[in-house]
Amino acid sequence: MKPAIQFNSVNYSIDGHPILRNISGAFYDGEITTLVGPSGAGKTTLLKLCNGLLSPKDGDITIGNLNINDYDPVELRRTVGMALQSAPMIDGSVHKNLALPLELQGKRLPDIQARDLLNDVGLSEDFLQRTSKELSGGQRQKVSIARTLVNRPQILLLDEITSSLDQVSQKEIEELIVKINRKYGVTIVWITHNLKQALNVGAYTWVMMAGEIVETGESELLESPSNERVRQFVKGELGWGSLH
Amino acid sequence: MGIIALIFSLIFVLIPIVLSKTLNLGLEKDTMIAVIRSIIQLFIVGYILKFVFDAESIIYIFLMVAVMIIAATLNARKKGAAIKGITWKIAVTLIFIEVLTQSILLGFNITPHTAQYIIPISGMMVGNGMVLAILFLNRFIAETEAHQDKAELILSLGGTPKQAVHIQLMTSIKASMIPTIESQKTIGLVQLPGMMSGQIIAGASPVQAVQFQLLVLFLLLTTASITSVMLGFLSYPTLFNKRMQLARSK
Ligand SMILES: Nc1ncnc2c1ncn2[C@@H]1O[C@H](COP(=O)(O)OP(=O)(O)OP(=O)(O)O)[C@@H](O)[C@H]1O
Ligand SMILES: [Mg+2]
Repeated sequence: MKPAIQFNSVNYSIDGHPILRNISGAFYDGEITTLVGPSGAGKTTLLKLCNGLLSPKDGDITIGNLNINDYDPVELRRTVGMALQSAPMIDGSVHKNLALPLELQGKRLPDIQARDLLNDVGLSEDFLQRTSKELSGGQRQKVSIARTLVNRPQILLLDEITSSLDQVSQKEIEELIVKINRKYGVTIVWITHNLKQALNVGAYTWVMMAGEIVETGESELLESPSNERVRQFVKGELGWGSLH
Repeated sequence: MGIIALIFSLIFVLIPIVLSKTLNLGLEKDTMIAVIRSIIQLFIVGYILKFVFDAESIIYIFLMVAVMIIAATLNARKKGAAIKGITWKIAVTLIFIEVLTQSILLGFNITPHTAQYIIPISGMMVGNGMVLAILFLNRFIAETEAHQDKAELILSLGGTPKQAVHIQLMTSIKASMIPTIESQKTIGLVQLPGMMSGQIIAGASPVQAVQFQLLVLFLLLTTASITSVMLGFLSYPTLFNKRMQLARSK
């Protein structure tokens, strides 16, 4: 299997506090990898390193044979798209938010394309002219996903994009992401607190704890983890009981 | 106004001190410090100005203006401690304003080429530039902190640092200029501008005082806009590192 993103002993710290420790491994090309772990484990930090919002203190991240530091940051961020955990919106309409990635390049987003994007994430066209301040948490997440897709990234990093969604919407988004993965071969890394989701959508799963990777492999590892801490984590997570 | 009159004017110092004492406001000490400092500072300035005016030497004018710029810079930089290299950024801005305004004033013979004009006008420009710098920095730092998530969003989508802070930058530039513009709309209706009052009291004709006041008001508009815009464009890049990341992520 070809790695899309390869980590080699990556460390990251803030003011001397280690946040990520000795991360090695790969997100495979064209596959969906889910990233799970308790709050504060360093999942968001790891994705921000891949999108160039942060840079590793030491160790190497390689994307397609090129060290991440050798990329032009703008080009890297368009190729490796990220939907941020807080789904931030700029002031103005939903249309303006969807058009933002193109506007930054001095281009316009055609109305048809904007409507298609909303359709993809399960929002009606009426939303185009609504202001972003009126959106609910779940609607913001949907707009945020759609907006991330505008750049047509080859690698897609999703940070808890369904945490505020109801069951039906969650399913819709899962199907959309799987479709994008199958149809365009986009590599996807998906942070989720929902272990059922991690198992359902991901071919591979990384379990992170306290800045370290404690288990990686095919997502089924979640059903019978070898690591004791992971077993505890899996048992404790809500929703896990109903899986069995 | 003689020394005796000045001593009688201390009555106006006694009133707030007595009030503060009876109402337990606890402001006596600060009032006294303010009074003593203003007496000492203004007398020193008065004697220095007299010396500079008498000396009629360009070197002293330069020195005076330099001292003003240094003092204003040291005062304003406290508000921008969060921005790297803020001291020289403020200094460059104030020097630019001083050079620009004086070049136009002297170049077009708008004001006489004497210390008596150059120094007070420079003082007003540099002083106002300092106030504008403080207003701008306060607002800009607050805006960037409040909208860090938006800046990060724009970066994450492949935007440049300038695009990431564009809205915050423009909001802060605008907000810091508004007081200057607004105060000029009602000027003269309620309160005569201090400089104009001074000229009238000193015996100048009101119409002449008005002309001069207008010149100063127009100069202040230039000062306000240049301070905010220049400081803004000098400052925003320091919020990011070379990898186009928010610089707080040390
Ligand atoms: N800017 C920052 N300054 C200081 N500490 C930070 C900063 N950003 C993250 N951290 C710390 O880094 C650690 C990892 O944070 P991160 O956001 O990557 O966790 P996470 O796994 O995404 O958690 P969650 O599931 O709650 O989103 C946490 O302990 C957090 O407190
Ligand atoms: Mg997170």
